[in-house]
Amino acid sequence: MKTGTIETPRQLAAVRSSARKALLNGHPRIFVGTATCGLATGAQKVLDALHEEAGKASSMRISISETGCNGACFLEPLVDVVLPGQARITYGHVQPEDASGLIEAACAGTVYKKRIIGRIDKEEFLVEGTSKSYRRGKLTGDVKEVPRYAALPFFRDQVHLAMRNCGIIDPTSLDEYIAKGGYAAAAKALTEMTPDQVVDEITRSGLRGRGGGGFPTGRKWATCRKAPGEPKYVICNADEGDPGAYMDRSVIEGDPHSVIEGMIIGSYAVGAHTGYIYVRQEYPLAVKRLRFALKQAEEAGFLGENILGSGHSFTVRINRGAGAFVCGESTALMASLEGRVGEPRAKYIHTVEHGLWNKPSCLNNVETWNNVPVVIARGADWYASIGTQGSKGTKVFSLVGKANRVGLVEVPMGITLRQVVEDIGGGVPEGESLKAVQTGGPSGGCIPAELFDTPVDYESLTALGSMMGSGGMIVMDSRTCMVDVARYFLSFLKEESCGKCVPCREGTSRMLQILTRICEGKGRPGDVELLHDLAQGMTDGSLCALGGSAANPVLSTLKYFAEEYRAHIEERKCPAKVCRALITYSINPEVCTGCMLCLRACPVKAITGERKKPHIIDKLACTKCGLCADTCRSNAIEVA
Amino acid sequence: MPDNGHCLDDILGRYSPEPSSLISVLEDLQEELHYLPREALERISTTLGVPRNQTYHVATFFKAFSLTPQGRHTVCVCRGTACHVKGVDKIMDMLQSQLNVTEGGTSEDGEFTVQSVRCLGCCALAPALMIDRDVYGQVTSKQLRDILDQYSDENRND
Repeated sequence: MKTGTIETPRQLAAVRSSARKALLNGHPRIFVGTATCGLATGAQKVLDALHEEAGKASSMRISISETGCNGACFLEPLVDVVLPGQARITYGHVQPEDASGLIEAACAGTVYKKRIIGRIDKEEFLVEGTSKSYRRGKLTGDVKEVPRYAALPFFRDQVHLAMRNCGIIDPTSLDEYIAKGGYAAAAKALTEMTPDQVVDEITRSGLRGRGGGGFPTGRKWATCRKAPGEPKYVICNADEGDPGAYMDRSVIEGDPHSVIEGMIIGSYAVGAHTGYIYVRQEYPLAVKRLRFALKQAEEAGFLGENILGSGHSFTVRINRGAGAFVCGESTALMASLEGRVGEPRAKYIHTVEHGLWNKPSCLNNVETWNNVPVVIARGADWYASIGTQGSKGTKVFSLVGKANRVGLVEVPMGITLRQVVEDIGGGVPEGESLKAVQTGGPSGGCIPAELFDTPVDYESLTALGSMMGSGGMIVMDSRTCMVDVARYFLSFLKEESCGKCVPCREGTSRMLQILTRICEGKGRPGDVELLHDLAQGMTDGSLCALGGSAANPVLSTLKYFAEEYRAHIEERKCPAKVCRALITYSINPEVCTGCMLCLRACPVKAITGERKKPHIIDKLACTKCGLCADTCRSNAIEVA
Repeated sequence: MPDNGHCLDDILGRYSPEPSSLISVLEDLQEELHYLPREALERISTTLGVPRNQTYHVATFFKAFSLTPQGRHTVCVCRGTACHVKGVDKIMDMLQSQLNVTEGGTSEDGEFTVQSVRCLGCCALAPALMIDRDVYGQVTSKQLRDILDQYSDENRND
């Protein structure tokens, strides 16, 4: 079905009702998760195989669509099958060989016996607060045995608001978005509320910026609305630059219309008629999905003149970033939108008053925009009932690194770090111990395992010397060196510092120099104090927030892992056995079988030996890359 | 080259001739030619009314732009935090030794340019790398050769 122009809320309701019928009734539907993470694990081959098999089994109509990622990246490639009258069943680690079995089972209305992950019993309409059970009559025996999502540790504690449609709908289908209640919030805001009421609703909901700073969204909108000057702009910051965070990519790839709808509501509230989405060029699929969704929204009349008969008009343009971390900073982003280099300016003049082209500009991050329709549709009171006193709603975290179950997890604010890392993430692999979690990207810090009972909210994380940031949560175990992590972040920051102000440009360089020498076993007494001094200077003197918080990765590791710094400086040892200058590789002759695998793998030919005789590593030639240890089948390579 | 001139005309035609179009024009040109030739930068400056030094500033500020020709394929190794923690350094070492290039360089046969990027946003599948627009997750040093071969094979078949 193709959606024509939708000119009134009544027409929208009609489209929704017919789209919803199509969603709930009829033939079996198969969804393949083809977000970037799915594609990276071979989802395209699975999708192709399913199409081919479905073509062969022509006796029954089966629809096969693509979908985004439901967050369980560790189970990719993911396939969902909706069995009419039964349930929606998720399969993980699906291979092309599974295609025929999946199609056969779908045709027969039964469960494919392999690769089962869990089942969902009802189609949720989150923005309406309703749901509809798939089930008609009795569940067949097979389906009943599939565990519910609610019983799976990865999903049990999650609440999907931002990710409401990710991995559920086809992101290229406007009909499916509308069927799930999409654009109803825009219709409500534009035709039943005044702009002031919209701003008030957002303010009362307690929604705060999800990009890093956590600034109250309602207050930002109110200031922009009142600011003198025309035209005004709304901007979506999709320059997700924090390494280790990827929820914005996933939301755009899985549910692009939710971001556009949020922007439409925001434009009405602040009085803007032009919007920009600034998206990273490193995310080609997100750019493609956004372009497609914008075109659909324009054709349906959600963008353009007189949206839904409200008299409000609004258009959106996409600008691609060109690979600069600093452009995630609002003033740098706006400079880049104007075609200039992305250098921040001092912010005593606020961008809500003098932003893009010196006009009032309202900039929010992807996840913030995506939350807006939920707030408007469900109301501020409902939204504010989730979360803590100061941090309302949910937050998506990218739980990655050494955890057993990695992916995107959306949890209510106030849940503890331990619940996220241990219950949802399943802790670290056996034999290792949980050491720390890094939150907040290069502006954040490392929180040690002893403090994992801290609730996850804006204030608590800041109090620990880290921050919420955009939601990266990188789990580290006993084999992660914290000094090396600090060095890593400083190398990132030194490379990405735009160079405009001296404290950040020189501070990051000098800090990196000191951390590098510590990692190389050349640390000097007094280095720790020097790092503290530099950190203070950068925090006080930097122009923008990125420079001002650049010392956090160093300060937090100095605070919680002082012993590791001491071991590096005084004993010239890396307890985690990571820093190459401080470790040596050798082969245990008792264990080595002389298979010659490591000898061939060594890129610098530092290993010598004959077949079936123990090999030897030339310690002077060895670059300590560790490839030999990866190749060895008998664990003969020892690191000391 | 006459070809480049034609392609530049085409790109300049997509945007209004004003300074704010600069980054978009450079992005399209970079995508088309894999680098920004000097003559093209001069013409862009004139057409958009941007002083040459500013065009140069922008072209050297952003990582996406290159002033020297790139290989047929670009290998972007992710240096995000998750990839770092999961040992992407090893993958980078292996890649550099297999292709005999340093970071930012192009292999002698002109096939591959090796770059690092922070980050690809595939953190759950760390370590990750992207060749042209294809992302590979959970890359091991053993798989690397096979992955690269796919691209060399593709060329031989051309």
